[in-house]
Amino acid sequence: MALTKLELVNVHKSFGDIPVLQGIDLTVAEGELVCLIGSSGSGKSTLLRCINLLEPIDNGKIVYNSEDISAPGLDPQPVRQKIGLVFQSFNLFPHMSAIENVTLAPRRILRQSRKQLMSNATELFAKFDLEDRMDHYPDQLSGGQQQRVAIIRALAMNPQIMLFDEVTSALDPELIEEVLDVLRQLKRQGMTMILATHEIGFAREAADTVCMLDQGRIIEKAAPSTLFSNPTETRTQAFLSSVLKN
Amino acid sequence: MKSRSAARVAYEQKQKRKGVAIATLSTLLVLLALTVSIPRAPGWEKVKSSFFNGEILVSTFPSLLKAFTLDIAIFLWSLPAIAILGLLIALCRDQKTPVMFPLRMFGILYTDVFRGVPVILTIFLIGFGIPGLGLPRPWNSPYIWGTLALVLTYSAYVAEVIRSGIESVHESQRAAGKSLGLSQSDTMRFIVLPQALRRVVPANMNMLVALQKDVALLSFIGPVEILRQAGVHKSLLANFTPYVGAAIIFLAVTVPATRYADYLLAKQHKERS
Repeated sequence: MALTKLELVNVHKSFGDIPVLQGIDLTVAEGELVCLIGSSGSGKSTLLRCINLLEPIDNGKIVYNSEDISAPGLDPQPVRQKIGLVFQSFNLFPHMSAIENVTLAPRRILRQSRKQLMSNATELFAKFDLEDRMDHYPDQLSGGQQQRVAIIRALAMNPQIMLFDEVTSALDPELIEEVLDVLRQLKRQGMTMILATHEIGFAREAADTVCMLDQGRIIEKAAPSTLFSNPTETRTQAFLSSVLKN
Repeated sequence: MKSRSAARVAYEQKQKRKGVAIATLSTLLVLLALTVSIPRAPGWEKVKSSFFNGEILVSTFPSLLKAFTLDIAIFLWSLPAIAILGLLIALCRDQKTPVMFPLRMFGILYTDVFRGVPVILTIFLIGFGIPGLGLPRPWNSPYIWGTLALVLTYSAYVAEVIRSGIESVHESQRAAGKSLGLSQSDTMRFIVLPQALRRVVPANMNMLVALQKDVALLSFIGPVEILRQAGVHKSLLANFTPYVGAAIIFLAVTVPATRYADYLLAKQHKERS
């Protein structure tokens, strides 16, 4: 059995009186691609933000490489460097060119030399077919290109795990594929990934495990072939039929 | 794009011509009414000779212009100080951790005090108060302490403008910085501030226009800048025309600057919409 990369144990999170995560248990193995599905408000985004330590959890624990990263008082910065997060709305820095977006964090945190920064970044841009866009500013790029730059920006820190928060939801339909291609490429390279998504087709094709979230709980978890063909929970059945209808 | 039909173009041109004609006519009517009615006022001849005396305007104008260079010099010295202090105060107010609470309190107190006191009062208190300590030359100069009073007041305003800029940068930008593992201060320095400062350029331009005018308030504590120079002429010639001359010089600077600020603001609106 593959090495456990990340383990969530009974994770709870509320915003004020509103419970968002109500006891999430999840184990992610090295190189595994886990897809989180479920309607808006089911807790997918919050779960990813908690793993990246953007939101502190209320209860339970998050274990990364056998270290409890949810322990109160722990410095979140080194953890965030190892767990990349890509947002639905890209969140590129609009005042910086694509290459500056990508090199900022390695320059400030890893203290790489200029030469090293440039060669690493150029390599990443080349790998995802964006070498000719390195000097463009975000507003000069299409949505798909912006999202790919955002993925490159996270990858530049050499993360061990990548989290994707509905990264194709803000894109025009014809631009979705180019971003999904990047995800496929990462999967082939053995990146450990958790993906909150509405792209059922992609989840069916590429995921190792699919988790159905409802009201802050994982109500069903299975391999995609099982979950999509024979969902056991009525809530999953209803969700899938409504998504697939559209 | 297909060009519009000839009939529509003709109609729109006609509408435009009509608009220009109406605006011109109404402006002329107002001007006519003013030029006819004002000179009929009983005191007009007196006002004209004591405020709009062409001879005096010409003879005093060069010295007013020369005195105005001191206004510009004071303005230019205070600028970098205001920019730096304003930025620091804005950053103080943005501190959210408990350790930094004293800084945050200081920022709040500072902006409250210096925005809450009339500029002229700050100038009096600092400009007369500190030289009163009996400091040796040049530290008893009203230039220095008057300028400091302007710096303190305007940096409080600039700090608030910058803070509003910082708050206008969307939370998701900070989240993106954090998610990469960047520290709070790096996120502020490389991600939030560059965007915030760019957004508040027009507001700060207006602040500069106000500052240029308020330099004249220093005339009350000593420096012979333009307003004081005009006052000297007024006393010697028993005529108010030098004040009008001073106003003309201020307008020559502030009107273009205000127009430029408006232009920047309009440009920004366009870019954002």
